[in-house]
Amino acid sequence: MAAPFTTEQQKQFDEEMEKHLARFPEGGKGAAILPGLHIVQDLIGWIPPEGMVQVAEKCQATPERVREVASFYVMYFTEPKGKHVIDVCTNISCSLRGAETLIRHMEEKLGVSMGEITDDKLITLREFECLGACGNAPVLQVDSRFHMNMTLKKADQLIEDLRKQAGKKS
Amino acid sequence: MSQFSPVLTKSWFKPASHTYAGYKANGGYEALPMALKMQPAEIIDAVKASNLRGRGGAGFPTGMKWSFVPKDSPKPKYLCVNADESEPGTFKDRLILEQDPHSLMEGIAIASYAIGVHTAYIYIRGEYLEQAEILEKAIAECYEAGIFGKSVLDSGWQLDVYVHRGAGAYICGEETALLESLEGKKGWPRLKPPFPAVVGLFGSPTVVNNVETINTVPTIIKMGAANYAALGTPKSGGTRLVCVSGHVNKPGVYEIPMTLSFNDLIHKEEWCGGIPGGRKVKAVIPGGSSAPVLHHSELDVAAEYEALKAIDNMAGSGAVVVMDDSTCMVRALWRVSKFYAEESCGQCTPCREGTVWMERIIKKIEEGQGEHKDLDLLKSVVNAIAPYPPIGLGTTICALGDAAALPVHSFVDKFREEFEQHINEKRCPFPHPFGVLADEGVRS
Repeated sequence: MAAPFTTEQQKQFDEEMEKHLARFPEGGKGAAILPGLHIVQDLIGWIPPEGMVQVAEKCQATPERVREVASFYVMYFTEPKGKHVIDVCTNISCSLRGAETLIRHMEEKLGVSMGEITDDKLITLREFECLGACGNAPVLQVDSRFHMNMTLKKADQLIEDLRKQAGKKS
Repeated sequence: MSQFSPVLTKSWFKPASHTYAGYKANGGYEALPMALKMQPAEIIDAVKASNLRGRGGAGFPTGMKWSFVPKDSPKPKYLCVNADESEPGTFKDRLILEQDPHSLMEGIAIASYAIGVHTAYIYIRGEYLEQAEILEKAIAECYEAGIFGKSVLDSGWQLDVYVHRGAGAYICGEETALLESLEGKKGWPRLKPPFPAVVGLFGSPTVVNNVETINTVPTIIKMGAANYAALGTPKSGGTRLVCVSGHVNKPGVYEIPMTLSFNDLIHKEEWCGGIPGGRKVKAVIPGGSSAPVLHHSELDVAAEYEALKAIDNMAGSGAVVVMDDSTCMVRALWRVSKFYAEESCGQCTPCREGTVWMERIIKKIEEGQGEHKDLDLLKSVVNAIAPYPPIGLGTTICALGDAAALPVHSFVDKFREEFEQHINEKRCPFPHPFGVLADEGVRS
């Protein structure tokens, strides 16, 4: 199986895993599976099967168990995602403050439906369950960082900023 | 209520309240040395005497939970702080993590000493990335200051504390699912008994406590259990945090006296300041979307465990969601039900199948396709998951089944005429079933 990481990434992965594995008792090293999957995703953007195998080896677990975990939690991407992930909360408090309108607007602006990736691979747009910022509804997260009290204007600006940022780097 | 003064939130939003120095400057880390001079059993007795009840949702007496941990177990004991705040409408723990993380750290140190714990894990929902970073910083400061490490404040008590990020699953807020997840598995709740206090993390005695619960412990030690208890009612000590969202003028987290009614919380100027546009309240979710909805005629009840229990309701996680008279109750219930259909872990058949059925039936009614027999069907599905009243008759391993059932029971029972209107008119009669965004202007 091909190595999922570059040499530098491999070193980072090994170091980070050691740190997490040390937190758990003998016989409980499987506890580092969730942190391990986060590390793989942070390093290469998603979790390919090869990444799961690496996590499994470190955690004295089978790849099957790691796959089961990876597929259970919504923050793990077992297929490539956009460079950025926008999670828009549409749960009750956000919906009471216009999240449905926000979602429709963002779908239109990005030319995708919920759960899809934009053609330029820049953004994965998702509908998300309660993000825990209901007092500042409606809210969304970009790569797990909060944007609160959203308006249509702020959403436009956010998308523009992400596009500009990407343009600069390329 | 103007004479009410908060005890938990008084340092919030002060400069650097989230740092070790800021916390100390506001009187922090005074309780830990006091606790270390006490016997562990004395601390547990104090927490019992304070009448502190778990703030995660179930309201179980905290001191009693701690006392269930066997004293003579040869196994290591663990403390798990539940920061998997995911109950729709709830955001108080996030505010604690942002504004007062060291109060949580001090609480962890005191609780660990009292229970006999050398390793504590803070299980935080994966989406709280920024909050996990704040915790990592606070923990590093604690090691630096000798609060954590080989010898807590030179007492000889060793304590290590770690942050552990979840990865997006509501069910992991259930304490046994949290333990499964922490062990690196999918979050499937365990059958109880055995309870975590006896067989918990890695098969060892474990206490799982909510962030706010642990955050309250230093205050109890500092002001004295009796003084803390006296702030509350006979069975619910102290003050509590509520998170108000939805159609109110001033949403946010409020520390309230246990005697405060929902009416006062929503309408009084010193609290939420009423409803935007001078509209009227139609309904209120009193304790997270898992709690039965309150009809606007029920809002004189106190936002407190016993008072709510007396009307077959629950204080839950303190999430108060206010819906004004422009809200479509069918639409609101559909959104709530969609959540449970999405988040059911799939382990128990009534919940796995029932949540999806309920969501579909409610959606059908909202979209104008409903028939009168659908309401009977909905009732039969919901009764298969958890009949009601009272709360707690669920047929599933964990309370998610009950949580999915309670809104369906209560919305349909208390607002049946709206469901029937949708069916009779073959459409949703509300021009704006939900609210509108700030820059869309005022609704018509």
